[in-house]
Amino acid sequence: MPAKTVGFTAIDKPEYADYARCVHCGLCLNHCPTYRLWHQEADSPRGRIRQMELVDQGQMELGDAFVTHIDHCLDCRACETACPSGVEYGRLVEAARAQIERQYKRPLFSRIARDFVYRKLLPYPARIAAAARALRIYQRSGLAAAARSTGILKVLGLSDRERLIPRIDSRFFSSEMGQTFRAVGQRRARVAFFAGCVARVTFAELNRATIRVLQANGSEVVVPQNQVCCGALPAHAGVRDVARDLARKNLAAFPIDGFDAIITNAAGCGSTLKEYTHLLPANGSSGDHDRAMRFSAKVRDATEFLDELGLMAPLKPLLVRVTYQDSCHLAHGQKIREAPRRLIRAIPGIEFVEMQQADQCCGSAGVYNVTETKASLDLLALKMDCASETHAQAIVTANPGCILQLRAGSQIHGTGQEVLHVVELLDRAIAAPR
Amino acid sequence: MNPRLLRDLKKLLGADGVLSEPEDLLLYEYDGSVETARPDCVVFPRSTADVVELFRLANRHKTPLVGRGAGTGLSGGALARQGGIITSFARMNRILAIDIENQRAVVQPGVVNSDLSAAVAHLGLHFAPDPSSQKACTIGGNVSENSGGPHTLAYGVTTNHVLALEAVLGTGELVRFGSAALDSPGYDLTGIFVGSEGTFGLVTEITVKLIRLPEAVKTLLAIYNSVNDATETVAEITARGITPSACEMLDGWTIRAVEEYVHAGFPLDATAILLIEVDGLLEEVEDALLHVKEVCTMHRAREVRVARDERERELLWKGRKNAFGAVGRIAPSYYTQDGVIPRSKLPATLRRVGEVSRKYGLQIGNVFHAGDGNLHPIILFDERDERQFRDAVRAADEIIDFCVHVGGAITGEHGVGMEKDRLMPLIFTETDLDLMKQVHDVFNPAGLLNPGKIFPTSKGCGEIYVRPQPQLSSPPARA
Ligand SMILES: Cc1cc2nc3c(=O)[nH]c(=O)nc-3n(C[C@H](O)[C@H](O)[C@H](O)COP(=O)(O)OP(=O)(O)OC[C@H]3O[C@@H](n4cnc5c(N)ncnc54)[C@H](O)[C@@H]3O)c2cc1C
Ligand code: SF4
Ligand code: SF4
Repeated sequence: MPAKTVGFTAIDKPEYADYARCVHCGLCLNHCPTYRLWHQEADSPRGRIRQMELVDQGQMELGDAFVTHIDHCLDCRACETACPSGVEYGRLVEAARAQIERQYKRPLFSRIARDFVYRKLLPYPARIAAAARALRIYQRSGLAAAARSTGILKVLGLSDRERLIPRIDSRFFSSEMGQTFRAVGQRRARVAFFAGCVARVTFAELNRATIRVLQANGSEVVVPQNQVCCGALPAHAGVRDVARDLARKNLAAFPIDGFDAIITNAAGCGSTLKEYTHLLPANGSSGDHDRAMRFSAKVRDATEFLDELGLMAPLKPLLVRVTYQDSCHLAHGQKIREAPRRLIRAIPGIEFVEMQQADQCCGSAGVYNVTETKASLDLLALKMDCASETHAQAIVTANPGCILQLRAGSQIHGTGQEVLHVVELLDRAIAAPR
Repeated sequence: MNPRLLRDLKKLLGADGVLSEPEDLLLYEYDGSVETARPDCVVFPRSTADVVELFRLANRHKTPLVGRGAGTGLSGGALARQGGIITSFARMNRILAIDIENQRAVVQPGVVNSDLSAAVAHLGLHFAPDPSSQKACTIGGNVSENSGGPHTLAYGVTTNHVLALEAVLGTGELVRFGSAALDSPGYDLTGIFVGSEGTFGLVTEITVKLIRLPEAVKTLLAIYNSVNDATETVAEITARGITPSACEMLDGWTIRAVEEYVHAGFPLDATAILLIEVDGLLEEVEDALLHVKEVCTMHRAREVRVARDERERELLWKGRKNAFGAVGRIAPSYYTQDGVIPRSKLPATLRRVGEVSRKYGLQIGNVFHAGDGNLHPIILFDERDERQFRDAVRAADEIIDFCVHVGGAITGEHGVGMEKDRLMPLIFTETDLDLMKQVHDVFNPAGLLNPGKIFPTSKGCGEIYVRPQPQLSSPPARA
């Protein structure tokens, strides 16, 4: 039986100063994907904040109900955009999850799975690569096809989830680690590239495309060797110690002063990298806070950086109709909405159409599509409706997680739409034949 | 809660349509106001038939029924002051029909105000009532509170945009008032129903007017070193027969609070700003804009800026519409008051607000719908300090008292609810209140619908805070 607990423990807890900013006006409700699905306070930002407050004040138990509603949150941070009071919800929910991690006993299976993913796998690039190789054998050997055709996945309730599993790349992003890539033409900037963790085995091509686009626009790109996972997934899950550890390793791996910027093509990673000071606060035990501040100040999303730098590489026309899906951690987490749109529009021949509710979460949300599959697929269905209404041939977005989810959506709903990262579109325009 | 009733409710609405666990009920104790009260259960009907059946059960068990939209209300309207069943309309949120030719829409009550406008924007139409909470509040809530917004000045309040209603009355009868035609014969029951704050019936379907989006819109920001100059500008604009579609005013302190958050380009050293909007046909708008500018300058506006494009215009409005929240960032809690005064009394009222602020040592920001004399002082306090909370309420009462003194009223648009029931005698005689009670009893004879609201009652049992007595400087009776 899960233990009954009242109140939060002292470290990493939702702070009064943060939750008291919520004046329960309700203006965030209609912007929250889970409220829009279920329409109850408990699954709204206002209700979640109130639950944190009640637990903090000992009026609600840190028990099953609390955990369920906090688990249901996508951490998409659309509520932050909507909130006139400046509530920093992302910070609150991550703290609430840290408390759950510390005080609440999850069922055995979930404990084992979480322990494996957050503590044994993500922090170690070599283990990710090994696991990916095994998965690749499953995907390529015909085993996957067999599993699908026998219907065994359906029986196990895994058929939807299986579609959400990324296809493992045939060539990992590994030989590039530690390398420097020269700028094309005159050097306008020198940047460090953040390669991601799972992305190195599932989005190696996207990483290569990002480097090519940066080079083509006059940036020298260095890929620091010892970098590790940014810590976003553990931080969102409340596994703070691991996240903090990873943050410290990255601070050591990146010689901050040698670069104009630290670039990531993953909005989810970017928003965590920009918030390392939350993980390493000023009052923490070590002196990492200052370094975290300098590090975070240099982090740029690839689209943000290219937009600031100004595109210099000549672009050839692409005759496609595209729409753009705001990645939550770019639009709501980093408040970047215009940069990717400007880059897309800069490509000659492109027909850009906005979809309705472009800044609503697609349901990917880190590992949400695996842990809360039903809700995730419901959100995906809404998203695909909006995307297909535009009759766009391609959906462009800015985060690997969103790309996976939308690709699954395009398959499940048979829209036939291609899904691309903004930099992949740029890469095509740079490489496209006349 | 009666277990039989609970079982029947679950049978009717399914397990996921009923909430009765304490941890869920704690989350329906609040709305946008400073009031609290706990319900015994919360239900989520999906159709009119569900609502009819709900009344049957509630009446049989003599249990109060309280409607709820998005819970953005500022007077505790959606709280179960005497316990009972909260009926959330959040899942009845479909737009049922859009009649382009006749510019009408039929909606369920849970449709969010701005979602309706967004759904018809491509047809060049919109739903005109625009409370600052429009991105969250529901049309059912708007109907019940007869909500207004910045554009009320030209377009009117919700009641001017409701053509017909379907509702279930306190008696349990399903009725339809009004018609899709502009003027229906007989008594205007729709009119009497709009603004009844959920005490006459629960609204299950609404037919609203859709208004053409204007051909042209111009928004202007006028900056002043004196509040008097700003208010005189407003008076003169009306005197000249110009009807701006909106005319909003912010005082200096509020300007600084908003600017820090929104970066709308408001000048930090101003004493007051006016945000004036004119809309209509292109030529009309240019003409009106010229006149408005002239009046502003005549009354010593130190600068007049016209938004150059839609982006600048949106930014100015963002500054205004986020004013409450932006001010709220400064203290843990705020109490938004809502009063109406004759426009000519603006300067005197503002002076009075300043005095009250000094008397209690509480910061008060001022935001008004200046065009129609609807003021919203925002009183900051710290909820952890019982004394500050009481003082905030006293300060609010003194301001409202002054509004009534100068010929105004106790609420402009946020409703009476459970917040201002005790102030009703300030503006109504016993005869007035008796008459209202008789009307109430026609619709809601057993008093099971949203009890403990609007009428001054001996205190209910749902309250957590003990309210101080209002300090009246004159006898409440009005000649
Ligand atoms: C930041 C902020 C700004 C605001 N600005 C404005 C403004 O500019 N102008 C303005 O007028 N108001 C404003 N309000 C107040 C509030 O948003 C409005 O009163 C709004 O109409 C309430 O809608 P709701 O859906 O939230 O209703 P709720 O708060 O849920 O309910 C309000 C009342 O309606 C009743 N009700 C709800 N649905 C039904 C139904 N289907 N049938 C019968 N009764 C029902 C409830 O019982 C309650 O009495 C503001 C509020 C906030 C927090
Ligand atoms: S919008 Fe902000 S202040 Fe209002 S309820 Fe949501 S989180 Fe709280
Ligand atoms: S982060 Fe997203 S899902 Fe979570 S409360 Fe905010 S809006 Fe809702």
